[in-house]
Amino acid sequence: MLEFLKKGLKKTRDALKNRLGDLFVRGEINEEFYEELEEILISADVGVETTLMINARLREEIKNNKVKELEAAKALLKELIIGMMGGEEDVALSVPVSRPAVYLLLGVNGVGKTTTIAKMAYNFSLEKKKVLLAAGDTFRAAAIEQLEHWSGVVGAEVIKHQTGGDPSAVIFDAVSAAVSREADILLCDTAGRLHTKKNLIEEVKKIYRVMGKVIPEAPHESLLVLDATTGQNGIAQAKLFQEAIPITGIVLTKLDGTARGGIVIAIKELTGIPVKMIGVGEKKEDLHPFNPADFADALLA
Amino acid sequence: MQETFRKLRKKGKLGEKDVELALREVRLALLEADVNYKVVKEFVASLKDRAVGADVLQSLTPGQTVVKIVHEELIKLMGETQSKIAPPERGRSPGAIMLVGLQGSGKTTSAAKLAVYLKKNGSSPLLVAGDVYRPAAIEQLEILGEGAGIPVFSRGKIDPVKIAGQARREAEKKGHDYLLIDTAGRLHVDEVLMGELERIKANTDPQEILLVVDAMTGQDAVNVAGSFHERLGLTGIILTKLDGDTRGGAALSVRQVTGCPVKFAAFGEKIDAFEPFYPERMASRILGMGDVLSLIEKAQEVMDEEKSRELEKKLRSQTLSLDDFLEQLQQVKKMGPLENLLEMIPGFNAMGKGLKNLSVDERQIDRVAAIIKSMTREERQQPEIINSSRKRRISMGSGTSVQDINRLLKQFEQMKKLFKQFGALEKGKLRKQKSFFPFK
Repeated sequence: MLEFLKKGLKKTRDALKNRLGDLFVRGEINEEFYEELEEILISADVGVETTLMINARLREEIKNNKVKELEAAKALLKELIIGMMGGEEDVALSVPVSRPAVYLLLGVNGVGKTTTIAKMAYNFSLEKKKVLLAAGDTFRAAAIEQLEHWSGVVGAEVIKHQTGGDPSAVIFDAVSAAVSREADILLCDTAGRLHTKKNLIEEVKKIYRVMGKVIPEAPHESLLVLDATTGQNGIAQAKLFQEAIPITGIVLTKLDGTARGGIVIAIKELTGIPVKMIGVGEKKEDLHPFNPADFADALLA
Repeated sequence: MQETFRKLRKKGKLGEKDVELALREVRLALLEADVNYKVVKEFVASLKDRAVGADVLQSLTPGQTVVKIVHEELIKLMGETQSKIAPPERGRSPGAIMLVGLQGSGKTTSAAKLAVYLKKNGSSPLLVAGDVYRPAAIEQLEILGEGAGIPVFSRGKIDPVKIAGQARREAEKKGHDYLLIDTAGRLHVDEVLMGELERIKANTDPQEILLVVDAMTGQDAVNVAGSFHERLGLTGIILTKLDGDTRGGAALSVRQVTGCPVKFAAFGEKIDAFEPFYPERMASRILGMGDVLSLIEKAQEVMDEEKSRELEKKLRSQTLSLDDFLEQLQQVKKMGPLENLLEMIPGFNAMGKGLKNLSVDERQIDRVAAIIKSMTREERQQPEIINSSRKRRISMGSGTSVQDINRLLKQFEQMKKLFKQFGALEKGKLRKQKSFFPFK
């Protein structure tokens, strides 16, 4: 077994916090500092290229601002990352003038699309909104049942067809139903699909087109759900889904583990897609708006 | 990555600095493939020791030597042999197999796939629906089991420790030889749920505890695998979602952290998209060099370096004969079906499937060989002397037509011309072209 593991098998986020905290209180701003910073960022899945870019920008900032103190350097770094992640930009979901607001959720298998929909439905129900759910995952065994379970919990009706049916047909019906029943919100679930499967990406395009047939502006948000444990493949996911349809935001899930989801920085740099929400647990309350400052803190804590 | 090694190939010799440069690229490639930062660090350090100490110039180009060492070490790390599920031990039948892992890694699907795999190999597995937390997880396993004709043991949403115990007795009674226990996805830092897994283990005495890992996992794979291994003592890994374009460096991280072999690879939504894990393939995939590595190995096996050098000399001096041509053809044939070889060239794969339709007729090579073999020694050395009566004789001897012979002679001339042009270019470029085929 590796040496570092013997030492650090019990490495939790807290232990990490202390070690990284140390980085910024002792020593000076030297090459070792940048090397350690590189390790921190790469270990958080930021990726080599983006890490080197952040490092280079920080060097420049430190030089321009004549910073000598580590605390000040840390503040600069945090500002840098906040800026890269959109700063003060509004992450609220776009709401159309006339209801319903139609939101489409997409992603590879197992990232937490259905759970995210449940949490969104719960949040909207707190705002006394009338929510409909579209069971667009007609592929995976028991996916419809999973959504129906949540519909009971959060009190939102499900529009569904049979397993094996055409997902765009379900979505078409759901958008029409949302209009006729005067729902405030329609949340559309879809089957998990790898971005490399051409036919499944074509299916996404079709779903997208079909929505526009009922409501020309729909979907009002197309959200890519991304698992925070994802590594560099997240970039390919974002790029290929965005090639299919315009992705308006990312939902970063499973941030309650030890993964820090640094890949979203690279994704933002490369595609411009902002993170809009984060998932931090399995309970219906565990979905929050994305906050760049908190994200930067957790990344560097 | 490929670019770096191309650069190296152009150089005649590989000094210590070159090794360092190459290893820097290896480090980058591995990090881009999501191999954990620290795993990469240790790996690259060990590589340096070996590369600098090795006889770099022994019959291989320097670039090939580095590729070879990196690849060999990667395979060593991934586990050199394939490991399988052992038959249930005596007194331990049914052999219990627990599937554990994070949410969404693919446990339920993998459980069903593993059951199908075992059934195909003559076993009679019983699936156990132990994920009592995720809504509809039990239904999912039941549907998958039903579709594959494999019985599923479920008791609804009661304590999964109890379910596992009851399932064990059921399997004994009904004569199942394996018990495949699906468990709920959980975070490695979740004390309560990790404790539950320990109790399921205590209650079923499993012969295998398999961690299901999403191949797209990033740096955190070491924390996850480390925690699961520490709590449960894993015996193997199932790597899922390999049908995507992820390089799958997590496989290396997890393997390093746990010391457990990756036993299975899952690569699709179909129930039979599941097979034993091939460490060598994974090593190539993580390096991101297509199958260029196997190409090197194959070429290295059959290509006689001395002969190549002679050929290069002949090319330079324009004394290439049809004998040399035949020699090259035979060497190429030894390397296996041409289509396979073409696919191994990274560029070919990158160009997409369309190009793969460009099939190379192996019989064509045999025909060319027959023609050359029907020539006299003189004719092979000096093709210019082949007049029409000689052509008729050759065509009779080789069972081909005069047109075939004309075509061959024309191609041979064109090739000589081509090499003449190369010869006019800088010598460094000629080195790359010392074989007729671009992949030597």
